Amino acid sequence: MKNPQFNYHRPGSLSEALALLDEHGDEAKVLAGGQSLLPVMALRLGRPEHLVDIGALAGLSNITAGPQGTTIQALVRHAAAERSTDIATHAPLVSAAMPHVGHRAIRTRGTVCGSIAHADPAAEMPAVCLAVDATMVAESVAGTREIVATDFFEGYLTTALRPNEILTEVRFPAWSATAGGTVVEISRRHGDYALLGLACLLDVTEGLIANAALSFFGAGGTPIRVAEAEQTLIGRPPNDETFAAAAKAVTEHLEPGSDIHASTNYRRHIAGVLTRRGLAEATSKIGVPA
Amino acid sequence: MTAVPIGETLDVSLTVNGATVSVDIDPRRSLADVIREEIGLTGTHLGCEHGVCGACTILLDGEPARSCLMLAAQAEGTAITTIEGLATNGEMHPVQQAMHEAMSFQCAFCSPGFMMSTIALLDDNPNPSEKEIREELSGNLCRCTGYESIVEGVETAVKIMGPTR
Repeated sequence: MKNPQFNYHRPGSLSEALALLDEHGDEAKVLAGGQSLLPVMALRLGRPEHLVDIGALAGLSNITAGPQGTTIQALVRHAAAERSTDIATHAPLVSAAMPHVGHRAIRTRGTVCGSIAHADPAAEMPAVCLAVDATMVAESVAGTREIVATDFFEGYLTTALRPNEILTEVRFPAWSATAGGTVVEISRRHGDYALLGLACLLDVTEGLIANAALSFFGAGGTPIRVAEAEQTLIGRPPNDETFAAAAKAVTEHLEPGSDIHASTNYRRHIAGVLTRRGLAEATSKIGVPA
Repeated sequence: MTAVPIGETLDVSLTVNGATVSVDIDPRRSLADVIREEIGLTGTHLGCEHGVCGACTILLDGEPARSCLMLAAQAEGTAITTIEGLATNGEMHPVQQAMHEAMSFQCAFCSPGFMMSTIALLDDNPNPSEKEIREELSGNLCRCTGYESIVEGVETAVKIMGPTR
């Protein structure tokens, strides 16, 4: 399908981009990698009057990673995040998500922040943000504000970002040396959107689970953490019995939708399977250098 | 700042298969359409035009990309390689030769995309397992072959090009 018509803007600086968004409000859309926006436009699910192409802006492609945390700026492509050994060391859950994001040719162009701002409920990165309590940094002509993941994802393709804001960076907190995490999913074809998936992490001290996150994608309008299941893990040793109890709690509390690809019951079933599989894999990654 | 109102055009310059090309286009046009209709290189095929089928895959600054999921305007200043850029002096690229020898394709609509994706795969991983080949090429659809002959073509390419790079 061919793209609909739009007014094309290629600002020379971030402040010019923010001024354009402020002027045009919800008639404007930000174009970065375009791997979500251009299909949306091709299918006429969205028809922005103004496109603000930030792809060529300088100074928005940095990855800063260290023991204090990891920051990924707006124009960091999935491919760059996937190759980054700094991210692998300091934000390993982001690295674990990357091979699942689209296909390789999509990751060449698509950006990490773009995926978060698009907020497809079946996408990996929003669930990763929710699992590790990432902070989204939104800029507008009025200034900068920080939005925590629990407040950011509001509904299907809907976030707390205002029409005049750009998600300029996402910040991931410091990764604990005693934590392990992974991303597991079931999709019909490698690289497709998942029928259901899980971003999970465990922090184990003195043989017992001190902290846990189970963040599901493809299970509702936003990524969803199942607190009841996370609670069953705390204070217990990381073993099959513990994981089976968590999986049971997940299947009792998660209410995934039904569509042409999978029924609610099937999705609930694979949520349990992925809980056991993901937690075992996360445990095996504790203390393993990336 | 560049601003192009609806109905007006934009100059875009890029390098295509080693040659500098400038086009004057409506900004809504995809890179794929510009490659085919303005530059005249019709080897890049368009199947779904929303990023699913992979037929339009090209190399953008050496990395695989969907030319249907890019505005040509976004390719300003880049260097792209299309299927026409693979052969040198009438000699097929080893991946083309391998796919030919393995009789990888039937109707061949998907072939340019598969070959560009294969080049990207072997660039990163010169000796992939069958599982890795299938995973990496899962972003390209073929409706004829059932993929067996295409996987065989990639394996033949590994034999021709050698397992190291």
